[in-house]
Amino acid sequence: MKSVANNIAIRIRGLMTGFDDHIVHNNLDLDVYKGEILGVVGGSGSGKSVLLKAIIGLIVPRAGTIEVLDQDMSKISLEKQGEFGSRWGVLFQDGALFSSLTVGENIQVPIRENMKLSREIMDEVTFLKLSFVGLKPEVAFKYPSDLSGGMRKRAGLARALVLDPELLFLDEPTAGLDPIGAARFDALIRELKEALGLTVFLVTHDLDTLHAVCDRVAVLYDGRIVVAGPLKDVKRFDHPWVQDYFNGPRGRVLAD
Amino acid sequence: MTAVKPEIGLSGSAGKMALSLTGDWFISNAPRMDKCLKSTPSPAGKDVTIDASAITAFDTFGAWLIFRLLKQMEAGAKSVSVIKLNPQLQRLVKSMSAHDVSPPAKPIEVGFVEKRLKALGWLTAAMCSHYGQLFAFIGFVLVRSIKALRHPKQFRLTSLVFHLEEVGFNALFIVGLVSFLIGAVIVNQGAIQLRQFGAEIFTVDLLAISHLREMGVLLTAILIAGRSGSAFTAEIGSMKIREEVDALQVIGLNPVDVLVLPRLMALIFIMPILTFFADLMGILGGALMAWNMLDLSFEAFFTRFRDATLMTTFYIGMIKAPFFGAIIAINGCYEGLSVTGSAENVGQHTTRSVVQSIFMVIVLDALFAMFFTAVDW
Repeated sequence: MKSVANNIAIRIRGLMTGFDDHIVHNNLDLDVYKGEILGVVGGSGSGKSVLLKAIIGLIVPRAGTIEVLDQDMSKISLEKQGEFGSRWGVLFQDGALFSSLTVGENIQVPIRENMKLSREIMDEVTFLKLSFVGLKPEVAFKYPSDLSGGMRKRAGLARALVLDPELLFLDEPTAGLDPIGAARFDALIRELKEALGLTVFLVTHDLDTLHAVCDRVAVLYDGRIVVAGPLKDVKRFDHPWVQDYFNGPRGRVLAD
Repeated sequence: MTAVKPEIGLSGSAGKMALSLTGDWFISNAPRMDKCLKSTPSPAGKDVTIDASAITAFDTFGAWLIFRLLKQMEAGAKSVSVIKLNPQLQRLVKSMSAHDVSPPAKPIEVGFVEKRLKALGWLTAAMCSHYGQLFAFIGFVLVRSIKALRHPKQFRLTSLVFHLEEVGFNALFIVGLVSFLIGAVIVNQGAIQLRQFGAEIFTVDLLAISHLREMGVLLTAILIAGRSGSAFTAEIGSMKIREEVDALQVIGLNPVDVLVLPRLMALIFIMPILTFFADLMGILGGALMAWNMLDLSFEAFFTRFRDATLMTTFYIGMIKAPFFGAIIAINGCYEGLSVTGSAENVGQHTTRSVVQSIFMVIVLDALFAMFFTAVDW
């Protein structure tokens, strides 16, 4: 089983999650392969973000197993959990920057926790990562409350990327960005993935992102993954919701 | 991850310079990489060859430093050629030119004294504008209240009833308990002091006057400021940051009518009732303590109580109650509506609402004391 798991970054089997008497996921299976960008789509409230939170350990599943980088998340020790902090990066929906720190200090938090670098080098890394996500270096001295939603998201991504993690989780990365910004974001994710062999788990609503970025797409419906595969296969999958989603008026525009 | 240290090997002959890069070019090795870069001599007028075949691993920061090395070489060398660069790394290094921005100047940091002075200036300005706006808000609320009185049908009765339950009924327990205990404490301490000159019976006078006139209503006001004033700020503040207040305005509803007036009316109406309840519980606590400590029967206690208390003492406490309620409600709602931006701001305004309310209640209480003394009550 270990040998099979080797090219799998995230392996979910029989996942069940829920709040009170409301069940979000029921018997959900999903594999994310190393070095791929997997896009998870689903209707509003279908539990896409909950799935992401379950994988990174913020929500405790009721049943099932989640293995991330060959580590069973339910049996993870506290030390190991700290180590994972530098192996994965997470971009939350609104960036989740620490409001009492400047953007630059925010980006340096993972560095400070994991290694000892001089101020000069940390600043250099900060400016580089800000430029990576398309922000001016001056932004480093501002506080999150002075930034727009799109800028906060970019700064959040810079923080998630600062240690070049193996795994990147993105929760609606392009929501709230203008089309130009969103396209640049897509290109950035693609570029990073190709240069660093990043594995990306991406929750999105954005059909453009799915087309531009994702190697595979997984459709979450009714608490399970109904289909997962390359976009062109998923589009042909015979399921009413999938057909509605990809071949509805908005999906068709893309095909043209 | 720090297995192989990055190195730059240097060799070469006249007019030529060969660099070989080895090791893991990771961010965790950044200090060493930086040192290597800085110790690489100037390539002035030489043909530089960079051999990258022995780089075992790299990340984006490593790529950035290789880019910096290239730039450093290109600045002086006659020619620079890179050989055996991993195609992935080559792409990454190439893409770095887009990120080659000069670091910005840090914002100027002012000196300690200057900083404090500036803060003091801002604070003064903020205080002035705060009180100016608060009075403007009181005026606006008054205007809307008069309008509401003239069109009572438009008044939000459901909302009023909801807030009455919230600030009134649900507060009964804590107000009653605190008053009961304070009444008992006044009698307990008063008895100890007055016993020294055999005037224990005056403990009843002490309790009657202090509790009915000041303690009952003040305690109630302070509890309500902490309990309901803060809740008003937090409720309205979170509505403000979720743009619910803007939505009200756009729909054509006045936020003051919808959010402030029901809360204000509820507190003005409920404060005298809570104060009356606090008076009763305080006296009950005092009576029990007198019975326990002084062996004073309930009959004796209440006979003495009736003789010691003028109706005006009771009225003075009750008259103040609706004014305190109004101050707490207006402060709470004003702070709630002043919230801007983030959730952090809600917390700041909630704190300020409570502190301001208690402060203003006590100031007003002092003014009332002066007034009642002047009119000989």
